[in-house]
This record gives sequence, C-alpha cells and structure tokens, in this order.
Amino acid sequence: MIQNLLRVEKYVDSPTEKLKVMREAQNQADGDLILKAHKPHISVRNLNVYLAKNHILKNVSLDIPDKAITCIIGPSGCGKTTLLKTFNRLLQNSLDVKIDGDVLVDGENIHGKDVEVENIRKKMGLLSQRPCPLPMSIFDNIAYGPRIHGIRRKKTLKIMVEKYLQEAGLWDEVKDRLKSPATSLSIGQQQRLCLARGLAVKPEIILGDEATSALDPISSKKIEELFVKLRDQYSIVLVTHTLRQARRIADYVIFMYLGEVVEAGPAAEFFSNPKEKLTKEYLDGYFS
Amino acid sequence: MRHIRIKRIEEKIFKGLMMAATLLIVVSLFMIIVAIVKRGLPAMSWDMVSKIPSGGFYLGKEGGLLNAIVGSLYIVIGSISLGLAFSLPIVLYLNLYLPEKSRLAQFTRLSFDVLFGIPSIVYGAFGFTLMVYLGLRSSLFAGILTVTMLIIPILIRSIDEVMRRVPKEMKDAALSLGATRSEMIKPILRQVAPGIVTAVLLSVGRGIGDAASVLFTAGYTDSIPTSLSQPVATLPLAIFFQLSSPIAEVQDRAYAAALILTFIVLVLSVAARFYSRKFSKNKI
Repeated sequence: MIQNLLRVEKYVDSPTEKLKVMREAQNQADGDLILKAHKPHISVRNLNVYLAKNHILKNVSLDIPDKAITCIIGPSGCGKTTLLKTFNRLLQNSLDVKIDGDVLVDGENIHGKDVEVENIRKKMGLLSQRPCPLPMSIFDNIAYGPRIHGIRRKKTLKIMVEKYLQEAGLWDEVKDRLKSPATSLSIGQQQRLCLARGLAVKPEIILGDEATSALDPISSKKIEELFVKLRDQYSIVLVTHTLRQARRIADYVIFMYLGEVVEAGPAAEFFSNPKEKLTKEYLDGYFS
Repeated sequence: MRHIRIKRIEEKIFKGLMMAATLLIVVSLFMIIVAIVKRGLPAMSWDMVSKIPSGGFYLGKEGGLLNAIVGSLYIVIGSISLGLAFSLPIVLYLNLYLPEKSRLAQFTRLSFDVLFGIPSIVYGAFGFTLMVYLGLRSSLFAGILTVTMLIIPILIRSIDEVMRRVPKEMKDAALSLGATRSEMIKPILRQVAPGIVTAVLLSVGRGIGDAASVLFTAGYTDSIPTSLSQPVATLPLAIFFQLSSPIAEVQDRAYAAALILTFIVLVLSVAARFYSRKFSKNKI
C-alpha cells in the first residue's frame, strides 16, 4: 500500500501533471471531503475511447476514491459500462477499439508497456449484470481464482472458500452442498457466488456493472448491504441507472451523459445541491 | 371473424405440412432399418462377428466379418483421436485468441465450410496421391489419415458453433479473475463438452460409414492388421464387395455387415449421450 502511495506521489511529481492536479483540485468543491479523506484509487485523465469510429468516451477525467462506494450514473448508452471495462482492460478484447489517455490504478498507468494485464484484472473483482458462474461446482467456482494464481493445497483452498462465501453472506445457504453445480443456486445466490469468487483473488477494487438490475428486490437488497459492508475494505465502483440505488449507498457520484462526465462529487452534496443544469434535470426525472 | 378463421386454417395447413414431412422422413429411415434387419438378420450368426473370413467366404462358405469390424473400429478410433488433436487447438485458437471478426478466423471458417462439402471420394483420391508421393502402400495408417481429413471439417465446424455460443460474460468472468487465455480453456471446455460429444458422434457416423475414402487408401484384407503399415478391412467396403457378388447368400451377408455397422453407431451414440449428460451437469 505504501508503495502504491509513493507511486501516486511520483506521478504527481511530474510538473505538468502537478499543474493539472492542482487545477482540478481548485475546480472541485471546497466540501470535497471524500476525496480528501480517500486518496484517489483510480484516476482517469483525458480518456477517449472509440469503438469502430464511434466516439464513446469523450475526454473523460475523474477520480475514484479509495475505500468508498462510487456510483456512476447516467442514461443508457452514455458510456458507463465502457468506462468500467476500460478499468480492467476487458475492452481490448474486441477489434476496432481505440483507447487514448491515461487510466491510473494506484498511480500506475494500466496501459503502460510493462504492465501485466492479469495483474491489473486481479486487482479488480467484476460483477456483471447477470451473474455468470463458471460451469463447475460451487466450491470450484470460488477456488478457480486462487487455483490459477498458484494455490494448490486442498486445505488452504477449503479455508479460502469458506472465508469468502461467508464474506459474501452465502456460506450458511450452501455449506452442505459445495459440490453441487453453481447453476443449482437461485439467481440472487449466483450473484453473491460471483462476488465471493471475485473476492477470492484478493482484489482492492470491486467493479459492478448494473450488478443488481437482474435480481429480485430481496436479493438486490442483500447485494447492496454487502457493498455497504465491504466499503471499508474495498473501493467499490458501481454502474447503475437506478438513481434510488445511488441515493441509498453512494459515497461519491459521477454523472455521465453521452460519453462525457457532467458532474462528479460527494453523494450528499451531489444530490442536495447539483451544480449543472443537466444534473438537476436528470435528478428531477426529466429524462432517464 | 372471417380473417381469424382464415388464419386458423392457415395454421392447420402448415402444421399438417410439418407433420407430413417429419413422418415421411422417419418412415423412410425406419424402412431402411427394416430392410437391413430383414435381409441381414437371417445371415447373422455368432461366427459372423467372431471369426475372420476363411477361404471361400466370399463364395458363401465359412467365416465371419471380424476383420472388417475390428478394422473399422481401428480406423474410426485412430482418426477421431488424430482429428481431435488437430481440431481442438484450431477451434480454441479461433475463439479465444483471435479477436472477434478477425479476417483470419472468417477465412478459416469459410475454408472448413468448403472442405465440409467435398465428397469423400475426393479425399480418397487425395489420400491416394499423398500415399504415392510418400511411397506408402495402402495401410491402416493411410486409411486413418484420409478419414481424419474427411472428418476434421465436421469436428471443427460443429465444435466451433458451440464454442461461439459460450456467453461472453463467462469469458469476461474468467479473465477478470486474472486468468490468462490458456487458463480460460478449462471452464470453456467444460461448457462445450456436450457439443464436443455431438461433434465426435457426427464424425464417427461419417467416418465409420464411408467407403470411398478408404477404398484406395486402407485396402482390404482378410486378416486383422497388427501394425499401422498393414492394409485393413472396413465394414463399408465389406458391404460394397459382398453386395456386388452374384451369390444371394453373400449378398445377405452384406446386409448383416450393415446391421453390425448400424448397431455399432447406435451403441456409441447411446453411450456418448449417457456420458455427456454426466459431463454437463455443471453446464450453464
């Protein structure tokens, strides 16, 4: 962690970046307590993303605070998911993608030349819209991550599986049937399984792409509660288009519209006193 | 009202047509099987599946078809193993390593579509040319090689189709846990295991039943080969040769051979379905 912080310092040391950071700090609201208390974990600078000649993200610059819940909100097709997928470099898997600009995780540019993409991805657990368990048993789903990262001892794996299932609040429901297929779980349980599977590779960041939108209200609430419980240990980034969810759990909010960041700020301030006209209209429900 | 009534009638007509088509095909398949059983069963005996031909077998005397049964199994087991050894890496490369919509992948798929449609006699002729070039005689090895070429397009295209249907989310899930592409192979193979079984079954059916590809390449012999360089008999050729005999008894034995062939395919299919269900219990 200290090393990571040093890297941030090093990054800020470069004079041009220092200027930029300073300018941004000025631009930000004085009551920007979140970012002061929580150093940025992910920093995006002048990010442009093109998918097959479509300009999807336009000059996006933002900071994701450490150990807090950040909600990215905005209408469909505004680039929220694309932004999320640039964080763990999943976007590069398709042809015709052009990415321009910097994404810094712990001060390290993830598009740097000697960055191992597996290490970047390992730092971030991903929860997709629909839970997607691997075609294996419940146990093997959780153990898959640790196994590919070199943990082979059965005993260690058992301990880890229990620990992370407990962390995801699923242990009591599945402890008697760890060998059954993951698909035998309900969809809400599957989503918690996916969360546990992500936690088992010891990430620092959790990325959620509309992680509750396919779930029933009760499962959805359970996932939300888990996020709140986990926010002291992880930086959580959620893409959501349910405004109410953002109001309930967000510490920090980023509002995007047509590929641009319109406004970003601590949740309390963002919702009570939005600065931009567009934000106000969105919050009031003029468009969604 | 009238409009709705016309729609109802339309619906009935189309349903009737579909039923008729299904019935026609099922009945004709059934009739083939009846013909095989009717003529083949009287000629069937324990000798037929347990003995190799003795002198004068093809004139209606003693002996059996064990040489062709074992030969066909050798050929099909050899070519399925060899075929999978080539097609699995190719399909994995197409689906996991090449980017979506890559030109190379599209071209490769097109090539295999074309190869799919080439008649087996052409593969036989090609295999024969290759043998001459390499200085090989007709042998088990040459037969396996030719049948492998015949079934590779089937294996590749049918495994490819199921692998393309693996949800993108599953790949993303594995990748986001920090998996490399080769570490992703295991869960994906588990997901497509039933598809691989289907592909293998299709290829077994094509490979074991094809006469033209083995005609020049595998040869024919009355004994069971003990090495890859010896010629080998096959069931389709046993059917072909005996059917062209003027002796009625020998012709009946051709039907017995067909019966054995059908039975082998049936047993393999049932067994494979059974095991694939076991494999696929974790499938998404």
